[in-house]
Amino acid sequence: MGCPVIRVENLSKQYRIGAREVRYKTLREALVNLAAAPYRRLRDRGQRATQSDSVWALNDVSFEVQPGDVVGIIGRNGAGKSTLLKVLSRITEPTKGRVEIRGRVGSLLEVGTGFHPELTGRENIFLNGAILGMSRAEIRRKFDEIVAFAEIDRFLDTPVKRYSSGMYIRLAFAVAAHLEPEILLVDEVLAVGDASFQKKCLGKMGGVAREGRTVFFVSHNMGAISNLCQKGIVFEHGKIAFEGTAREAIERYHRTILDCDERRNGLPPHVLYHAPENEAKHDYSVTRIEMLDMDGNPKEVLSTWDDVIFRVSYCCNKEVRTGSVELSFAPVEGGRLLFLATQPDGTLPLVFTKGEHSVDCILERFPLSAGTYMLSSALAIPTVQWLWKGQDLTAMTVAPCDVYGSGYAPKASRSLLAVPHQWRVVSKASEARVP
Amino acid sequence: MSSDTVTIPEASDSAPRPAAPVDRADGLPLLVIEPAPGWRPINLRELWRYRELLGFLTWRDVKIRYKQTALGATWAILQPVMTMVIFTLFFGRGAGMAQKTPGISYSLFVYAGLLPWVFFTSSITNAGTSLVNNQNLVTKIYFPRLMMPLSSVGAAFVDFGIALVLLIGMMIWNQTGPGIGILFLPAVIVLMSLLSVGVGALLAGLTVAYRDFRYVVPFMTQMWMFVTPIIYPTSIVPKELRWLWGFNPMAGLVETFRYAFLNWPSDWTPQTFLMSGAISICVFFVGIFYFRRVERTFADIV
Repeated sequence: MGCPVIRVENLSKQYRIGAREVRYKTLREALVNLAAAPYRRLRDRGQRATQSDSVWALNDVSFEVQPGDVVGIIGRNGAGKSTLLKVLSRITEPTKGRVEIRGRVGSLLEVGTGFHPELTGRENIFLNGAILGMSRAEIRRKFDEIVAFAEIDRFLDTPVKRYSSGMYIRLAFAVAAHLEPEILLVDEVLAVGDASFQKKCLGKMGGVAREGRTVFFVSHNMGAISNLCQKGIVFEHGKIAFEGTAREAIERYHRTILDCDERRNGLPPHVLYHAPENEAKHDYSVTRIEMLDMDGNPKEVLSTWDDVIFRVSYCCNKEVRTGSVELSFAPVEGGRLLFLATQPDGTLPLVFTKGEHSVDCILERFPLSAGTYMLSSALAIPTVQWLWKGQDLTAMTVAPCDVYGSGYAPKASRSLLAVPHQWRVVSKASEARVP
Repeated sequence: MSSDTVTIPEASDSAPRPAAPVDRADGLPLLVIEPAPGWRPINLRELWRYRELLGFLTWRDVKIRYKQTALGATWAILQPVMTMVIFTLFFGRGAGMAQKTPGISYSLFVYAGLLPWVFFTSSITNAGTSLVNNQNLVTKIYFPRLMMPLSSVGAAFVDFGIALVLLIGMMIWNQTGPGIGILFLPAVIVLMSLLSVGVGALLAGLTVAYRDFRYVVPFMTQMWMFVTPIIYPTSIVPKELRWLWGFNPMAGLVETFRYAFLNWPSDWTPQTFLMSGAISICVFFVGIFYFRRVERTFADIV
C-alpha cells in the first residue's frame, strides 16, 4: 500500500458563536469593549458560560485516503462535512490537529465562484478557470470542450448577467468539471440544474473517478454516492461515526435517522420535524412539519389511505416573488417515490415574504403502504433553483391498514404504493364485450 | 510507513508553520495543514505559482471599471486632469501658488505631483475593501489572500501608466525635459509600489475585522493629501518644520517623482527621499506581516 494521499490526524475546528461571536466589529465596538473589559471580567468571574460560546464543527477527526479512492462523505446538516472540505481546501484553518495532502487539490465548493456579471462568457471562463487553479495555457487548451459541455457557443460574447440561470449554472459547472487535479473535493454542487444536466455532471464525475483520481464527494444524494463512491464516511456532530464501504455508510446513516429517540426529545408525536436552532441562520428554511387530520387536529398515526394534511411551516429572512414548497417521501434505501410541490406540479403560487408562514398539503387517501419512509422538504423558486434543501429530515412510519379488505394490509416490503384496484376472472361473456 | 517518508516533527503551538509544499521522493508535492498561530513569513514560492491569477484579477478589476462606461479608459486620465484644472484655478491663480513655483507651469507641477498620489490613494482605497467585496471568493476558494490587495495595486498601476503618457505629452508641449533626476524614477516607482502594497494590505486586513475602516479611508486620504506637497511646493513650509514632512513617506516620493520629471530647481532633498524610502519599506513589511497574521481568520469572519 502506497502513501496515503490524504492523512487527517486529530483534526478539530472550533467556531465561536453567540455573544462572544467573533464576527466583524466596528472600531467603536472594539474600543468600547476594550474600555469595558476589566469590568466585564469582574462580573463574569465564576460565570464561565463556555458551553454556548463556541461549537466544535469538527471534533478530533482522523482518517486516511489512498490514491484513487472515491470517498463519499454523508451526514446530516451541520455534521461538519462542509467544514471538513473547507479545511482541506485551506479556506479555513484548523483549531487543532494536522492534515497531510499529497498532490494538487481542486475544490468545488460552489459553482460559479468568481463569475463577474459584467464580463462575457468567454472572459468568465478564463477568470473562473484561473481562480480554480488552472493555468492560462490549460484553459486555452480546454476552451472548446468547456464551451461544448456548457452548450453556450452562441452566447460566448454576451455579458453573463444576461444569461438565464440555467446557462449560468451550465457554464459554471463546465469550467469546474474540466479541472484536473490529483485530488478533487466536491461539495453538493451537483444538486443544481435540470435532470439532463445533472446526468451529465454525474457522468463527468464518474469519468473523473474512473481516471484514477482521488475524489472526496459530499452529498445528500444517496443514489449518486452509491454509484460513484467505493468508500463512505458518516459524520455526526463533527465526529466520524462510521468509515467503511459506501453501501455500509449509507445504511449506517439511515439507521441514525431512524433512531428517533435522539431527536424526538419532547416533540409531540404529530410533529414530524422541528428544525434545530442553527437552521434559523439560513435565509430560508423549513422550521416544522406536522401531520393533521381533515379537521385540523393533530394526527398522531398515519395509516395507508388516510386523509391527512401535512402542514409545512417555513421562515424567510428575504423576499422572493415566486416561491414554492416541496415535500417528498422516499423509501429507506434511497430513490424517489412521492414528490409534491406547490409549483410547478401543484397550482398554488406563493410569495415569500419575511417571517414565518405555513402551507398545508391536503392528501386524500395517502397512497403509501405500511413501512418506514424518509421525509424530505425543500423551498425553491419553481423550476429555477433551490433556496433550501432538507434531505432526509426525518423517518416517518405509515401504519398498516387493511384497505383491500383481504386481511393483508399492504406493506412497503411488497409494494410501496397501495392503489385502489380490483381483480376479476375473465368469463366468456365479458370476453365478448371487449372489442 | 515507506522508507522515503520523512517524519515531520509535531508542531508546537509556538512555532509558526507555513503551509509550504515540500517535494517528496514520489514527485508529488506534500502539503501540511496545521494551525499556525503567530507571525508567518511571506510564501514567495506560492505567490509565484499564483502569478497568473494575479494577472487575471488585475485584468478583471481594470475591465469592470470601464465596462459600460461611455468614456472607458479615459477615466484613468480624467480624474488627475480634472483635479489639476481645479487646483490650478483655485490654488494656482486664486491662492497665488503659481508664484511659489517659478520656472515651471503650475499645472504641470500639480499634475506631476498628482500622478503618484492618485496611484497611492486608488491602490489603498480599493485594496482596503478588496477582501470584503470579494467575500464569495474568500470563503469558497483557496488562493494566497495577498492577491486581493495586490490586484488593486496592479489595477492602479495600469491607470498610472495611462496617466503617465499624458504627463509626457504635457511635458513635450511645455518644452520641458527631465534632468538628472530621471535616474530616481525606477526607485520612486518601486518605493511607491511597496508603500501602496503595505498600506493596502494593512487596510485590507483591518477592514475585514473592523468594517468602519472603509469609511475612514477616504477621509484619511483627504487629510493626508494636505500634508503632502501636491498643491504647494515644500518650499513654503517653514524650515524649522520641514523635518516633520519627512515622516510622510508620500511627501518624499512625490517630491522625488517631480524631481525625476521636471528639471526645475526644486526643493528636493536627499534626506527626505531617504526617509520616505525607509518608511515605505518598513510600512511594506509591517503591512504584509499583519496581513499574514490575520489571514487565517478571513474566511471565518468576512
